[in-house]
Amino acid sequence: MPDRPHRTGTTTSDLVVVGAGIVGAACAYYATRAGLSVTVVDSGPITGGTTGAGEGNILLSDKEPGPELDLALLSNRQWRSLADLPLDDTTFGRTVELETKGGLVVATGQAELDGLARLAAEQRELGVEALAVPGDRLPEFEPHLTDDVAGGYQYPQDMQVQPMLAAAHLLRLARRAGATVLTHEPVTGFLCDGERVTGVRTDRRDIPAGAVLNAAGTWAGEVAALAGVRVPVAPRRGYILVTEPLPPIIRHKVYLADYVADVASDSAALQTSTVVEGTGAGTVLIGASRERVGFDRTTSLPALRQLAAGAVRLFPILRDVAVLRAYRGFRPYCPDHLPVIGPDPRAPGLHHACGHEGAGIGLSLGTARLVTQSLIGEPPEIDLRPFRPDRFGPEVSR
Amino acid sequence: MTEHLVDLAVIGAGPAGLAAALAAAEAGVRVAVVDAGVRPGGQFWRSPAPGAGPFRPATLHHGWHWFTSTDDRLTELAGTGRVLRLAGHHVWSVQAAGDQWAVHCVLGAEPRQHGTSAPVTVHARRLVLATGAYDRQLPFPGWDLPGVITAGGAQALLKGNLVVAGQRVIVAGTGPFLLPVADGLARHGARVAAVIEANSPLGFARFPGAVLGATGKLGEATGYAGRLLRHRVAVHHRHVVLGALGTDRLTGVLVGRLDRNGRVRAGTERQIDCDVLAVGWGFTPQLELPLQLGCATHLDVDKSLVVTVDDDQATSVAGVWAAGEATGVGGADLATVEGRIAGLAAAASLGADAVADGRPLRRRRSSLRGFASAMHQVYPIPDIVLERCSDETLVCRCEEVDAGSIRRAVVDLGATEARTVKLLARPGMGWCQGRVCGFATACLTARHTGRAVAEPDLRAFADRSIATPVPLGRLAAPLADEQPDGDGG
Repeated sequence: MPDRPHRTGTTTSDLVVVGAGIVGAACAYYATRAGLSVTVVDSGPITGGTTGAGEGNILLSDKEPGPELDLALLSNRQWRSLADLPLDDTTFGRTVELETKGGLVVATGQAELDGLARLAAEQRELGVEALAVPGDRLPEFEPHLTDDVAGGYQYPQDMQVQPMLAAAHLLRLARRAGATVLTHEPVTGFLCDGERVTGVRTDRRDIPAGAVLNAAGTWAGEVAALAGVRVPVAPRRGYILVTEPLPPIIRHKVYLADYVADVASDSAALQTSTVVEGTGAGTVLIGASRERVGFDRTTSLPALRQLAAGAVRLFPILRDVAVLRAYRGFRPYCPDHLPVIGPDPRAPGLHHACGHEGAGIGLSLGTARLVTQSLIGEPPEIDLRPFRPDRFGPEVSR
Repeated sequence: MTEHLVDLAVIGAGPAGLAAALAAAEAGVRVAVVDAGVRPGGQFWRSPAPGAGPFRPATLHHGWHWFTSTDDRLTELAGTGRVLRLAGHHVWSVQAAGDQWAVHCVLGAEPRQHGTSAPVTVHARRLVLATGAYDRQLPFPGWDLPGVITAGGAQALLKGNLVVAGQRVIVAGTGPFLLPVADGLARHGARVAAVIEANSPLGFARFPGAVLGATGKLGEATGYAGRLLRHRVAVHHRHVVLGALGTDRLTGVLVGRLDRNGRVRAGTERQIDCDVLAVGWGFTPQLELPLQLGCATHLDVDKSLVVTVDDDQATSVAGVWAAGEATGVGGADLATVEGRIAGLAAAASLGADAVADGRPLRRRRSSLRGFASAMHQVYPIPDIVLERCSDETLVCRCEEVDAGSIRRAVVDLGATEARTVKLLARPGMGWCQGRVCGFATACLTARHTGRAVAEPDLRAFADRSIATPVPLGRLAAPLADEQPDGDGG
C-alpha cells in the first residue's frame, strides 16, 4: 500500500464501528436508527470475513438455556420485526432471503432422543416452540430423510438468511441514514485521551468518535490489543459444502442431535455434525465442521469427506448430487463460547460486539440492540454481565 | 480405489505436460501423466475421435509431427513401465501428504459420471502443473443466442469431431489465434464471412525486438493470412462485433469500426449475416490446482491470473513446478519449451542426471515470452466491449445474472471486489463456477469501482477447494491417506 498522508477527520462521529461484517452492519444500522452518527471501517471489503462464509443460521433449537438462548430469543424477535420493513418495492426479509422455514432436529437413537426431549422441555419454558415428531411421522416433514432415525423435534421459530445480503443491506440502510462506510482501510491504532478511547487511527486518517465499537469478528482480539485490552477471540475453522442447484427437496434446516453437543464442545480436534438445508437459490448447504487450527487456509479433505458422508447418511437421495464448492470460514470463539458484548471498563469509550462463534448471523440483531441501548444510556433489555469483556482474567499464553 | 505411486506426476497432457513428462521420463524418472482428456494433446493438439472420418490432422495442427513423435515415445516408455498414462482423469484435489503429493481424481467424461467408477489417487514426490487454459469470454448484447460459440469451441469442434461448425461463420474477437480458427473452418467447408479483429498486427511495429526474436511466430501468422486470402476471407482490423442479432437463434451480427480512441466511428456500423459467430478474447489459465497448493500468482500483461515461476519453472511451493499457459498465455511452442525445462528441473531434483541443453532452452523461452508479451500488448481487449454491456446483458448464464445486478452490487450494496459481487449477486456460483463469467465479472466490478482489474478479483473465481464437481457419495468415500473411520483431526 503506497504511503498516504494522514488526515485528521474534520467531523467527529458519535460511533466508529470497526468491522463491516454482519455484527458491525447490524450495530451501524441500529445506532443510526437511534440517532447516532456512525462511521464503519473495515480492513477489507464489506462482508469479507466470517459473514462471507456462513450458512445464515438464525437458530433457537441448538441453544441450551442460559445467556446465549436469551440473546437468541431477543435476536429472533428482531429478525421477525425487521423482516417486514419495506425495502425496494418489497420487504427487507424477502430481499435478504429470510426464510421462516423452521428447523428439524433428528436423533438416531433412543438415548439421543431422550436428550432432545429434555432440552426441548427446558427450552419451552423460556418461550421456544419445540414440537415432538415421532419417527414414523418424520417423512411428513422431510420426505427424503433416511428412515434410520428414532424421532425428532421441530422448531418453527428457526430461520435462515443469506448472510452476505443481510449485512450488505443493513450497511446500505445505515448509509441511507447518514452513516459512512470505509473499506480496505485497516485500523492501526486508537486515539486516546488519557485512559479514554476517543477514536481510531487508520492507515489513511484519524477518525475521532464519541465511542468505538469493536465488531471485528475473528480479528477482534487484535483490534482490542491495539487499545491495550485483552479479548481472547480465536479462530475455529469450519467448512460448508455447496451442491449444484436442485429442485426443493429439503424443506427445513435439518440436523442431527449431536450438533448441539459439538457447538458447545471444547475439543480442538475436527468434529463434524451433519446439518443439511436447502437455499432460495436451489443449492443445498451441508455443514458443519469445527476444528481449532488457527488461520490455516489449506483444504482439509477429511473435513469435507465427513461432511459429505453425514449428508448422504441423513439424505440418501444426495448420493449422486454434485458438490460444486466448499466455503471455509473462521468462526470467532471465546473460551466460554459466549460472545463479548458491551462497554469495556478497562478502556472507557471502547465497546465490544464480537466472539459469536458460529451463531453471529443469528445473534447479530439482538447484539446490535443491546449495544445501542448501552450507547444511548438505556437499560439493556437483557443482562449484559455474562457477556462482559473483562470476564476472562489476565493473559494466558496465546 | 486405485492408487499409483510415482516419482513425478504431470497434470495435463497438452504441449507443456507432454514435454515435461517426456523430458523427465527420458532422464530416468518414473512419471504419471494425468489428464482430463480422453486422448492426449490438450486443447491444442486435440486428436480426432476414432471413427470421425477421413482427416489429416497434420493439415490443421501446428507442430503435429512433434506431438505424434512425443506421444509415440511416451507410449513406448509406458510399455517399459517408466510412464503411466492416466487419460480421462479429472483431478479435483491436490494435497500435501507427508513428503509426497496426493493427486485425487474422478473418472468419466461428464461430471454426472464421476460417481460411477472407482476413484484414483496418484501419489508423487514431485508435481508439474501443466493445466492449460480455456477460452476467455466477454458478454455482449446477444451473446447468449444459440449460434454464438467461442473461437476455441469452434476449433475444438473442428479438431475433435470434424464437424464444420456452421454454414456461414464469422470469427471475431482479438489475437493471432483467430486466424488458424478461421483458416481451419474455411478449409473444412465453412463459408467464413469475415474475421472481425479488434486490433491490428501493425501494432507489432512497436516491438521490433520481440518480433525478430521469434521470427517463426510471424511466419506462422503470415501463412494463415495468406491462406485466408486464398479462401477470400476478409479480415477486418480494428473492428468489433457490437451485438449478435436474431430472436431464437443467431442470424447476423452488428459490427463497427473503431477509431484511434477505441470508440466506434460514426456511420461505420453495419450488419453481416451469419449462422455461427465464433468469438475469442484470448485465454484464461486454469489455476484451481496451483491455488489449492498455495502457489504464488500474479497478473500477466493480458490481465490473466498466472502462476509465478522462477528460471527453472519452479513455483513458490517446494516440489511443485508449472509450465505452459498456467504460467502465462503464450502458445504451444512456448509451452513445450517451458514443459521441458520444468520436467528436467523436477527430474534433477529427484537425483536424475538431467541437465541437457539448459541454456539454449532458456534462450528460446526468453524470446518466445518476449513475443507473447508483445502479442498481449498488440491485442488488448478494447474497453468498448464491456461498455456495450447494458444492465440487461446476461453475464452469468448458469445463475442468470445480468450486468445490472453486478452494477447494483457495487453501486448500491457497496461491493468493492469481485468476490463480494459473487456473494451478493451470484455470478460464478453455478455449474461452471465462473469459468465463463469470472473474467467479465472481475472486469465489470473493477470498472464500477473505478480501478483496474486486480489479482483478488480473479482469484475469487479460481480459488476452489474442489477443482471439479464431485458427487457427494464419491466425496464421502475414505481417501487413500486416511483411516476409513479416523477422526482426521
